[in-house]
Amino acid sequence: MLKTVKSIRDIIQQKFLVVPVLVLLTGAMWLMIMVGACTSEETVDPENKTPTPLAWRKPANFPDPVYDLNKNPLTVEGVELGKFLFYDGLLSRTNVIGCGTCHQQQSAFTHHGHELSHGVDDQLGKRNTPSIQNMAWNPLFFWDGGVRDMDFVPFNPIENPVEMGETVNHVLEKLRLTPDKSAKIPVDYPKMFKAAFGTPEITTERMMKAISQFMTTMVSAESRYDKFAIGDVTALSAQEKEGLILFRKNCSSCHEGELFTNYSFRNNGLAPLKYEDLGRFDVTRRESDRNLFKVPSLRNVSFTAPYMHDGRYKTLGEVLEHYTDKVVSSPTLDPAFIQSGGKTGLNLTDDEKESIIAFLRTLSDDNFIKNNAFSDPGIGNAF
Amino acid sequence: MKKLIYLSFMLFIGAACMVACNDDSDDIPVDPDLTAGTGRMLLKFDNVAGNEDLVLDNKTYANSSGEDLTISKFNYFVSNFKLVRDDGKTYTIPQDSSYFRIVEADAKSQTIALNRLPEGNYTGIEYIVGVDSLRSVSGIEKRGGALDPSGDMAGDGMYWAWTSGYIFVKLEGSSSKSSSSNGKFYYHIGFYGGFESKEKTVNNIKNIKIDFAGNNAVVRGDSVPQVRITADVLKVFNGPNPVSVAKNPSIMFDFTLSSGVANNYKSMFGFGEIKQNSLAK
Repeated sequence: MLKTVKSIRDIIQQKFLVVPVLVLLTGAMWLMIMVGACTSEETVDPENKTPTPLAWRKPANFPDPVYDLNKNPLTVEGVELGKFLFYDGLLSRTNVIGCGTCHQQQSAFTHHGHELSHGVDDQLGKRNTPSIQNMAWNPLFFWDGGVRDMDFVPFNPIENPVEMGETVNHVLEKLRLTPDKSAKIPVDYPKMFKAAFGTPEITTERMMKAISQFMTTMVSAESRYDKFAIGDVTALSAQEKEGLILFRKNCSSCHEGELFTNYSFRNNGLAPLKYEDLGRFDVTRRESDRNLFKVPSLRNVSFTAPYMHDGRYKTLGEVLEHYTDKVVSSPTLDPAFIQSGGKTGLNLTDDEKESIIAFLRTLSDDNFIKNNAFSDPGIGNAF
Repeated sequence: MKKLIYLSFMLFIGAACMVACNDDSDDIPVDPDLTAGTGRMLLKFDNVAGNEDLVLDNKTYANSSGEDLTISKFNYFVSNFKLVRDDGKTYTIPQDSSYFRIVEADAKSQTIALNRLPEGNYTGIEYIVGVDSLRSVSGIEKRGGALDPSGDMAGDGMYWAWTSGYIFVKLEGSSSKSSSSNGKFYYHIGFYGGFESKEKTVNNIKNIKIDFAGNNAVVRGDSVPQVRITADVLKVFNGPNPVSVAKNPSIMFDFTLSSGVANNYKSMFGFGEIKQNSLAK
């Protein structure tokens, strides 16, 4: 994303030739001297300028996004507001837990080391925190797919009593009362909403659209695999290429395409835990959806441990071992895991599994987990 | 001039109607919908328990299973209003102005205004309990006013974040017969049918038709009629699918139980009376 922001500057620099810029700058300096101790704010009143459109580019090897950017055009100010909202603990009842508390950048916006999501007052959720990346391509959200529109995603964690335990109404009220001089950084939200949307009104729609804008910019498409995908055959080693072939043969019926998921719901044969998680059934109430969960993307998978909807596996080795040796039969087990002889699981040798894991590590995008454009602006709490 | 155009338009419609009537015994005009005017009508949703006014918390009622009940919350969505005039023509309220959340604890919410009506004598009204499927999946820019999903679920919030849909009717209370650990009962009835065939849910959207029982609500000039519509909370329990707080203290996600309740409450509305010229001093 930083690249995209940079590219806008590039464009601006290209549009204005160097000489006229120098002339203008010299002129401006003279003007400042003439008028006195003026600043450049003389010409542009930052209080009343319109939001600056932000160019958003689809990665070359990606399909078209699902999210309709025409309904919520990205702006520099909207994305910035979304970032502050994403990290601000004000979104929770305790004013401590922000989105960024459980979605931490260095773990590709998951909660590293936490098998289950961990919310206000040390309460535990029932599922593992999913990654926030490439959200604009998601046709449905959460492990059970209960939400279909990115603008409606934040209601879920904010209002879940074991996550942020708040109401969106109350969050809006708290935002309207900022800046709070006692806060770590006294963020002035009415001012930020005005910069993003033209007037200082803080509404549900604006709050959600700002968060969606920020999440739309959270694109991960600069892994070594992507370099390979757009034509650099040297980007992968021989073992990684071997892993890619094995992956396509064994895994890509679900972890399909450039997003490494087809967003379908599957039962991948995890042995039941103490309390049964019904998964997709919670939403559809169909018997055939019992214990089905959304296929997660595998991008940045080496950063997102622990794995599965309940975080039961700590390493990719354990995950692959599950698929070869631990797949449990049940009425809704996905047919992909039933071999012709009736045996469950996939047939892979240890070497093959190692190659697949080597390939999966090529989906790591260091720029994504280090890019300052997505980082906590200093208001968040990460535990 | 306007009157002339109106008159000729009426004559045309009338003629069309007469032609249509020749082979249509139901007297339904081909295109019955009227265009907006400047009239107004008020609808007062008066929540009752049987023959008495509903009182929250401090009064005990009984359902047909003989269980005692106190009601603490009784909220519902009414939307997509359509008015029927004595000439058989109808006026559909523009959809963006046609969603209302009736909250028993909030008296103001119970009187709703239907604006920009064509003048005339109205004989009945049609609406739905709940939120239509299209609006249930529309973008957040279409979710203002009564549909704002930001409400408090523990309070009067009527939006299910986990499955992105609205609760159409929310009824809560207490009973000595409730089998829940806190003696309460919770009925949250929603579901619009699901986004697509793969995730079909039950469809609990119910169409309601209220006939003004031979009376006219006269919308003319400054005269704004108020129509009282009753909603009997006991009918949520006592219908074709009797609800027992002992057997089911909570009904939310079970499609069979939830559609049973919806089939009860679709009959909870009744016509009260009309106060003509209700805003006159």
